[in-house]
Amino acid sequence: MLAGEAGEFCCAGCAAAYAFIRELGLDRYYTGRTLDPAARRPRPPEESAEDAAVFAVASEDGTASLSLLVDGLHCAACVWLIEQALQRDPAVVSARVNLTSRRLALRWQGGVEGAAPLVRLVQRLGYRVVPFDPASAASASEEERVLLRALAVAGFASANVMLLSIAIWSGFGEMGPATRDLLHWVSALIALPALAYAGQPFFRSALAALRAGRTNMEVPISIGVILAAGTSLWETARSGEHAYFESVVMLLFFLLVGRYLDRRARGRVRSTAEHLLRFSAQPAAVRAADGSVQRRPVATLRTGESVLVAAGERVPVDGRVIEGRSAVDKSLIDGETLPLAVAPGSDLLAGMLNLGAPLTVTVTAVGERTFLAEVVRLMEAAERGRARLVALSDRIARRYAPAVHLLALLTFVGWVLVRPWQEALLNAVAVLIITCPCALGLAVPVVQVVASNRLFRRGVLLKSATALERLAEVDTVVFDKTGTLTLGQPEFRPDADLDPAALAIAAGLAARSRHPLSRALCRAAAEVPAADGVEEHPGEGLSRRTAAGEIRLGSRRWCAPAAAVAAEDGDPELWLARPGAAPVRFRFSDRLRPDAVEVVAALRSSGKRLLLLSGDRAEPVRWVAAALDIAEWHAGVTPAEKSRTLDRLKGEGARVLMVGDGLNDGPALASAHVSMSPSTAADLCQTAADVVFQGVSLGAVTEVLKVARSSGALVRENIGFAIVYNLAAVPLAIAGLVTPLIAAAAMSASSILVVANALRLGRQA
Amino acid sequence: MTGLLFLIPIALAMGLAGLLTFLWALRSGQFDDLDGAGGRILFDEDVPRRRKTQPPSQPRSTSP
Repeated sequence: MLAGEAGEFCCAGCAAAYAFIRELGLDRYYTGRTLDPAARRPRPPEESAEDAAVFAVASEDGTASLSLLVDGLHCAACVWLIEQALQRDPAVVSARVNLTSRRLALRWQGGVEGAAPLVRLVQRLGYRVVPFDPASAASASEEERVLLRALAVAGFASANVMLLSIAIWSGFGEMGPATRDLLHWVSALIALPALAYAGQPFFRSALAALRAGRTNMEVPISIGVILAAGTSLWETARSGEHAYFESVVMLLFFLLVGRYLDRRARGRVRSTAEHLLRFSAQPAAVRAADGSVQRRPVATLRTGESVLVAAGERVPVDGRVIEGRSAVDKSLIDGETLPLAVAPGSDLLAGMLNLGAPLTVTVTAVGERTFLAEVVRLMEAAERGRARLVALSDRIARRYAPAVHLLALLTFVGWVLVRPWQEALLNAVAVLIITCPCALGLAVPVVQVVASNRLFRRGVLLKSATALERLAEVDTVVFDKTGTLTLGQPEFRPDADLDPAALAIAAGLAARSRHPLSRALCRAAAEVPAADGVEEHPGEGLSRRTAAGEIRLGSRRWCAPAAAVAAEDGDPELWLARPGAAPVRFRFSDRLRPDAVEVVAALRSSGKRLLLLSGDRAEPVRWVAAALDIAEWHAGVTPAEKSRTLDRLKGEGARVLMVGDGLNDGPALASAHVSMSPSTAADLCQTAADVVFQGVSLGAVTEVLKVARSSGALVRENIGFAIVYNLAAVPLAIAGLVTPLIAAAAMSASSILVVANALRLGRQA
Repeated sequence: MTGLLFLIPIALAMGLAGLLTFLWALRSGQFDDLDGAGGRILFDEDVPRRRKTQPPSQPRSTSP
């Protein structure tokens, strides 16, 4: 789109989109939109409209429909623009854009052939679209709706029961027992059905845990509310005073709020991961019978076609290896971290990572199913990461539940010795109600939701639930250079005397790799077919054996150790070494991220130790280190050395944040205390990193550290508060002094305080 | 105290009405897009639609 209001365009695609919008008479869009300057700009479409239109579905009433994910939506003006532009078409029955899920639901008169022009219309506006199967998204949102319904029922019940309870409390001593009993019975009538409906999420989870022989947070909650409701009903039946109906439903309501917020935040991460994956999904390199390679979207692949999988690339479809030997990382699929050796005949699943040499794979299964399986595996891998490092609240909860049960039991036993068992039971229930981890169950989710929402707005995605806790401990930051401190999109700069034959050979090798320099070289020589038998050596380059000897494409150290030093000018470069010819140099240029200097300065002034580890040559690394004033830098570091350096730092007691991208950094990201990666990174990093950020700004690093520090402090404050609250209230409950009024007041006061404390995080600038 | 016999049912009926309205709104998809809904009001549909069969500002019915 527009690069600025002054009317400058960043590219021809934006100029065309602007002209098209003017032509439609929809240029009010430009006054209504609110662009976040840090956000990613929509790119001119690269996909063809026909690819997306394949997924249109015809229905019986003569209309057809299509669901699309739209990339580049910024604000309500984008929604308006797309809907208006589509509704100008007389055939369109409905066009509705959902800004939250970034989905476009489109329905038009006629058959499925009407899809392509409509898709092209959206693309001409400057948005990228990919189709998806709407049924696949239904189950996740259905779960959210069930929680929201339970929340509504609990909210209704707690408001009404509280209304009646206030009447009982304010009339205490004056109200006749008949009136009080009436109000209690009405309360029971509201509270018990509400409990039966809205309590189900907790009962189910508690039952599942008990069946598995474990206990969790839901067990004391379920026991507490059921016992409290039971004794209250019994008190009501014998016209007693101590009915806790309002505590029961209010407790449910507060806990459901926490549960819903947690669920929504995780659903959002999941849908963003799906969105990122769909749009960052690299087209698969399909090899035709004549050996030419064509890049096509994964959705268009058919069973039996041959696909090339370069080193560092994820396997796009389920398939079988027909050529090449390599090792694959299948940690995404079953958590196994040892690489698996594959040879011709081995079966591969979508989502496996090719670690070693390029592979040729024949497709055995395709489509939405393999893609969704990949998303689910990705999210499960993140969940497993959560299991490895138990979150602080879970650690507390694990000890909390048995302690609470024991305390309630002791209370009962103690009172039953001196009083009738009914009274002892009432006091034990009071202990259970007062210790119900309402503040805990609400405090941690609210902090996490507020923190992740705040980061989400800056284009930062937290993949691991414990990342924030670990980020708060960081004292050392290790940067990679290419693609992290720099933009990582090198452009090939052909020298005047470049030999076209050398370029053709180099591009043939480079077609097998996803290294940024290889990709840039391929862009410069797009028509060259991929060469066979290419091996990738991480951190060094590519090699291919021919009859005349080995051809190498890669770093200077590896390809041309004897080359003239005079050519050292700090630019990224690739060298081509052929038997019987002088090494040829290919030059590229790369730029620093626009705010790299400020970010690094801010990190240094906050007392962090900074390191720069790069696999690149000394000259460009020295240049970047000098520009950013990083004293400790190491060039020419191999992936194994990077991992060793991080282990050494860990041994010295440092908590390292690794910020990196590229194939070289995969092991380093995994061995660091916590890791971040730009979303332009190779797929390997997207699975290994805890935090993924988008856009050209490096400011995400300081922002994430800041949010992590404040949210860590908030969580500790909230847990500390919950402990103080329990220390004060539990002795009262054990002593039998807690009336329904005290229980209700203490519970709502603590919950509101904890939530208000958490919300401060969203307000800080 | 006989007032209670009227007031409690009235209060309950009002609460129930609110609950049912919320459940209806949830079912009709009004909670599907919490980010976009607030912005829609800022853009009038000053461009008349060509097809008259559809009311100008129809809330989304149950998704098909």
